[in-house]
Amino acid sequence: MRMRFLVAVFMAGLLGIAAANDVAPDVMVRKVATDVLGIVKSDKDIQSGDAKKVIALVEEKVLPHFDFVHMTALAMGRNWRKASPEQKKQLTDEFRTLLVRTYSTALTKYRDQTIEYKPLRAQPGDTDVTVRSSIQQPGAEAVTIDYSMEKTPAGWKIYDVTVAGISLVTTYRDAFAQEVRNVGVDGLIKKLADKNQQLETKGS
Amino acid sequence: MISRGTAALGALALVAMLGGCATSGPVNPRDPFESTNRAVFEFNDGVDKAFIKPVAQAYRAVLPQPVRSGVRNFFANLQDPWIGVNNLLQGKVEEGLTDWFRFATNSTMGFGGVMDVATSMRMNKHNEDFGQTLGVWGFSSGPYLVLPFLGPSDVRDGLGLIPDSFGYGGFWLPRLIDGPHRVALRNSLSGLDIVSLRAAVLETEAIFEAAALDRYTFLRDAYLQRRRNLIYDGNPPPEPRREEDAGVVPQANAWANLETDPARWIIAERPKHRTAGLVGTSRSVADSAQVVIPKVPANYERVLAVGERAANARGEEDR
Repeated sequence: MRMRFLVAVFMAGLLGIAAANDVAPDVMVRKVATDVLGIVKSDKDIQSGDAKKVIALVEEKVLPHFDFVHMTALAMGRNWRKASPEQKKQLTDEFRTLLVRTYSTALTKYRDQTIEYKPLRAQPGDTDVTVRSSIQQPGAEAVTIDYSMEKTPAGWKIYDVTVAGISLVTTYRDAFAQEVRNVGVDGLIKKLADKNQQLETKGS
Repeated sequence: MISRGTAALGALALVAMLGGCATSGPVNPRDPFESTNRAVFEFNDGVDKAFIKPVAQAYRAVLPQPVRSGVRNFFANLQDPWIGVNNLLQGKVEEGLTDWFRFATNSTMGFGGVMDVATSMRMNKHNEDFGQTLGVWGFSSGPYLVLPFLGPSDVRDGLGLIPDSFGYGGFWLPRLIDGPHRVALRNSLSGLDIVSLRAAVLETEAIFEAAALDRYTFLRDAYLQRRRNLIYDGNPPPEPRREEDAGVVPQANAWANLETDPARWIIAERPKHRTAGLVGTSRSVADSAQVVIPKVPANYERVLAVGERAANARGEEDR
């Protein structure tokens, strides 16, 4: 009896994992956003700007849903090919850290706004979709937040976020190109590392 | 608010003069006046840090959120009639009428615009101005400009600021009121407008500061994307990948790369609206210009990205 129960639990666990990989992209985004914002809303430390706590929250709940290698490659454009595998890894790591810090800063500014999700326009077989949402705010038109997502073996992953029509990846593209042109790929890595360092000393 | 328009004009003339002898070396093709722009950017930053930001911070510290929202709502309401005019000029009749109904509703039921009751009645706020109208009519942005005191802009949007400053309710409202304190009223309104607007973006600024590697480049690229998005009312076609994405445009003279003939500033990509009937002439101009530009497939970006990844994969296998 006990054995059968354990097997049943194990099977349920497996099914759970399979279901997690199969979750529709818009459902996933909505769930992550609702979870994270729920925590932000109820946590006084985060609201008062506790950087460590927000970063931990973002790393645990948000990061697994992003494909940072894809993001970094898009932001690098043609220069991605010039980078060695080691440089690619460093670039991805530093860019990830920078984005986490930026995102965390944004989260601490969150006040009780409502997010509306627009119906997903996608065919069943699509492997690349955009999940659209918007935030209402007083005295101004709604701010749109669009997530560009790609289907990977590990489930749907976000590879770009577009806020009010401003794509994160595109905005970094010129900045990256400029640095690579002036100081090379290693120079860009150093610049990103310095920026992260500076944000860390400021945050703590 | 007159000063807004004149400042824009003056800035255009200034930049045109300085631009001729500026910049050698690699530039972003959309920003041939980068060195001048950076100087103006630094100047604006200085003005902001010394005068506007401290006042905005104090304003934010003193007034509670509902009051600040009320103030922003009041000025936002004064924009709606001109937003409506621009929607009509762009052929969007329904949106234009909505903007005027918003103005009527908020001015009365919303106590002079302090409360935005129209939004809760499903009349959504729009974002339009004359620069966008010019864009819809088919004028390209021209070079990127940073205007003194006014910030990021481009030739088209800079010109658009002139009619905008006259269309804005904050400009004509004080003129409707006859009395000895008219000038004082106008100046205090403008001051409050600027300070409350600056206070409203203090938080966005913190996010921007955290994100930007180079604030100038970041703001420029964000501005250009934002404006393109606004012209297409939130649904722009994917942007064709530029050759210059590799980062190098070697040239001695920035002007060489620039369309100096204003007629050629009329570009191909022109948003198509379901009702484009109102502006017949401009449409034909834009349509004829459309022939010049090669069509870019919608998935061009992704094809490139996939190719790039494939190339990378190959490169790694070689090792």
